[in-house]
Amino acid sequence: MTGPARYWREIPQRYRYEAAKCKGCGKVFFPPRTVCNGCRGQAFDDIRLAQTGTVETFTVIRVAPSGFADQAPYAVGIIKLDDGVKLTAQIVDCDPEKVAIGDPVKLEFRRLQEDGESGILCYGYKFVPAT
Amino acid sequence: MREVAVIGVGMNSWGELWEKSHRAIWTEAALQAIEDAGVDHVDAMYVGCMSGGLFVGQEHLGALLSDQLGMGPIPGTRVESACASGGLSFRHAYMAVASGMHDVVLATGVEKMTDVDGAAATYALSTAADQEYECYNGITFPGLYAMMANVHMNKYGTTREQLAAVAVKNHDNGSLNPLAQFRGKVTAEQVMNSVMVADPLRVLDCSPITDGAAAVVVAPLDMARSMARSPLVRVAASAHATDAIALHDREDLAVLSSTEKAAEGAYRQAGVGTSDLSFCEVHDCFTIAEIMVSEALGLFDRGSGGAAAASGATALDGKIPINPSGGLKSKGHPVGATGIAQIREAVLQLRGECGDRQVQNARYGLTQNMGGTGASSVIHIFERA
Repeated sequence: MTGPARYWREIPQRYRYEAAKCKGCGKVFFPPRTVCNGCRGQAFDDIRLAQTGTVETFTVIRVAPSGFADQAPYAVGIIKLDDGVKLTAQIVDCDPEKVAIGDPVKLEFRRLQEDGESGILCYGYKFVPAT
Repeated sequence: MREVAVIGVGMNSWGELWEKSHRAIWTEAALQAIEDAGVDHVDAMYVGCMSGGLFVGQEHLGALLSDQLGMGPIPGTRVESACASGGLSFRHAYMAVASGMHDVVLATGVEKMTDVDGAAATYALSTAADQEYECYNGITFPGLYAMMANVHMNKYGTTREQLAAVAVKNHDNGSLNPLAQFRGKVTAEQVMNSVMVADPLRVLDCSPITDGAAAVVVAPLDMARSMARSPLVRVAASAHATDAIALHDREDLAVLSSTEKAAEGAYRQAGVGTSDLSFCEVHDCFTIAEIMVSEALGLFDRGSGGAAAASGATALDGKIPINPSGGLKSKGHPVGATGIAQIREAVLQLRGECGDRQVQNARYGLTQNMGGTGASSVIHIFERA
């Protein structure tokens, strides 16, 4: 059983979308890192991710992992945010079959998974169509 | 560095081996390789295993398995690089011999995947991806490859039929491999009508859950010559490259750049190009993976791997046969063992011992073993010496 610390320490990213921008080369990391893989710099500015972007690719999950079974079928995509950062997230509030590459989407804060064995409620970001 | 030869190979029949334990499966393959090599000892051994912990609750495999083999106190090392654990285990055995540290070394791979239920197996496999920023958000392993497939289809016009052609061809080849898990042939219609797992990938686009092990013995080429095993198989190149573990951290989702990088290094070391290769054993964990790997190896231009598969160019009698063994798709995919089984196939092809699936006049063979969604790639080139 996973303890709460593993979820708790990711809260700045999953609830507040905090990222790090390398002071040396400007590359943005989400989640933040210790070393920039672009220039090996170790100094970063805290920034907040852009909240809108487009679907770079996606799939419809029919066979879901544990914790997501009640949601299947659902769409998951790689979203390219307007600041250039890419992340993996569900695309919801739409017909999963109608999602397409290039669709504009916006980020929303949602509950992600069922309670696991440890009873932790897992929250984070999902995307919804931006119309 | 010393020249290195593969002097023995072993592999058991793969499948759902409920009556056999993790250690029993491994020992069977290891003994076969040692017998095939005709040696009475090994100086060291490596075992590639992705997740003894999650699949059978057992770690510390280096010590456990060298004891099982009766080789007592020799150095036994477990190597992990997700689905590329086997290929990487071989690379470390190769380096140990090439460096002069050891003479006769056993390189092995094993995975026992059916002791847990489907959900637990799926979870174990998903640990090859980024747990906190991919899996936490509901993606699965087939889902990650499905997202790569969608990019490839969108960018290059790769079709559903071309994906199916890979599965059909690999099952055709696997039907000729007595050790393969699924020896039945499949039609394109069966593939395209099988259960959808993650659009556009269906269950017959996916490699199976498998129990199995494979092993090979390596030694200095000079020593191998005196042991008079003929024909000899020389390790012409060994290369390994990595990439971001999360798919979303990669610039171009339609390119496997760790495979491109490793291939570049392997061709340079071997002093050969793609036209010199007689066949390739590649990591077709999903049909789209084989297409993308065939492009990353430079066998076909970017974006044309799907059309090449559909044209028959990669069939057993094609221009460049890919996965004469049946690949992961038909032979099975006990993750840690896969890389070693690819090498076994390459050695048997170069020795001319593959029976009905023999590639004619094989001189150079390439193996490519991949971890995760391509975050690691291990490539070897072998030559009939």
